[in-house]
Amino acid sequence: MPVSLVVALLLGLLPLPAPIAPLRPYWLALVVAYWVLEEPERAGLGFAFFIGVIADLSFGNLLGEQALRLTILAFILQRFRARMRFFPLSQQALAIGALLLNDRIVTAVLHLALGEPALPPLAWAAPAIGMVLWPPLFYVLDALRLRAWRHR
Amino acid sequence: MPAYAGPAAARTGDIAGTLRLLAYLAFACALIVLDHQGGWLTRARQQAQLLMQPLWAVAGWPGAIVDSISDDAGTRSSLIAENRRLRNEMLVNDARLAKLRAAAADNERMRAMLGVVQRGKLDVQLAPILDIDLDPTRQRVVLDAGSSDGVRVGQVVIDAGGVVGQVIAVTPMHATTLLLTDPDHALPVAVLRNGVRLVAYGTGRSDRLALASIPLSSDVKVGDVVVTSGLGKRFPAGFPVGTISALRPDESRAFLVGDVKPAAQLDRGRDVLLLRRAPERPVIGPVDPALASNATSTMPAAAGTLAPAMPATSVPARVAPVPATSVPATTVPAAPSTQVRARARHARTG
Repeated sequence: MPVSLVVALLLGLLPLPAPIAPLRPYWLALVVAYWVLEEPERAGLGFAFFIGVIADLSFGNLLGEQALRLTILAFILQRFRARMRFFPLSQQALAIGALLLNDRIVTAVLHLALGEPALPPLAWAAPAIGMVLWPPLFYVLDALRLRAWRHR
Repeated sequence: MPAYAGPAAARTGDIAGTLRLLAYLAFACALIVLDHQGGWLTRARQQAQLLMQPLWAVAGWPGAIVDSISDDAGTRSSLIAENRRLRNEMLVNDARLAKLRAAAADNERMRAMLGVVQRGKLDVQLAPILDIDLDPTRQRVVLDAGSSDGVRVGQVVIDAGGVVGQVIAVTPMHATTLLLTDPDHALPVAVLRNGVRLVAYGTGRSDRLALASIPLSSDVKVGDVVVTSGLGKRFPAGFPVGTISALRPDESRAFLVGDVKPAAQLDRGRDVLLLRRAPERPVIGPVDPALASNATSTMPAAAGTLAPAMPATSVPARVAPVPATSVPATTVPAAPSTQVRARARHARTG
């Protein structure tokens, strides 16, 4: 679990060419979503909040912003967890896309309320990329997790 | 095992979950507001940011590797071409330098005649840029040099073209630089041609700065070079900031607003220079003596507003400690307000 989160943080910091930088998917949200779905007894709201604070520190944005966003994400996921687990992966991806879009809206409202600079318009396309990335990410994390289990 | 929660169990779980959500949301909001206001949290934040250093260092590797690969992979012909170009540039620069040396000698002589304190030489330090992306809505850059290399908060960052920004946070290994183009940044500038003082605000785009409230009567044109004015004592005077690329009237039609194209390479250069010690005396002002005398003759009172604004004594550019986040930079309300006053007077006399 910690490795996947560190990798997600690194992927968030990795330099991208300036024109496509706003399209960067919210890796951390995807990874947090995976753990909230798959290991609810270890990953809950507190977990999401804690990861969010770490992300705030590493990305240098307002402290608490990503904590807020990830907590909201984790809460909605917890609510629909029982249903989401039985969704086929494509439908799960759609739900994750909706969650990421919701996250964008939360961010935009937050920035608007605090007078922070607004998101670049291209950033609104990032949830779609996150949606596309969900199935492969899910497979990779599942494979890694199950292997870790088998080794235990 | 909460693998599948039945409806009855979900009810109590729902309430507890909602309460916990509200608690966390309240906590997050408190953090956001505290950090936004900037207070004791900034210190805690700086401490906590220390923990992020290894992460930043690792995240900087791919950029460094790409750089070194592109350096290594330079083909022979491209190296030859680059060599030729650099040699030509050196020749041209040498010629320019020779001319400048003469001018500098002249300048020194004249300054001596005026009894002015010698302007300090630039003392700079080269710092590589750590190639990582921070918050996309901010214009910030992380430098691969920190307090262990003598970097301080408030230091001015320049490159070959001109001013890049200022250091707003320092950890032992890294320093965060707020670029000129960050929406939170304001920079007191002057038009090189006639010394009209303005404030350049960041726009959030790396290719544009905004000039606000330019008096209609001031002689500012598209193509004018804008340099730092040295007001506010954060940025030493005379460093190029950019060229004015557009001017248009603002909503009130009483002032102009302008766009400035930054002179520095703000989008991903590889190295920047950190100014260790600023030159002690502002080098620009109303440079044109004819214009200055003209100003005093037409607007006698305006000379009074001009004089105190230019620090006549050589004050070492002291760096005041600032809170790390949400630095309003060196917002100098004096500059636009004197402009406004000058304009008002102009309107009265004219």
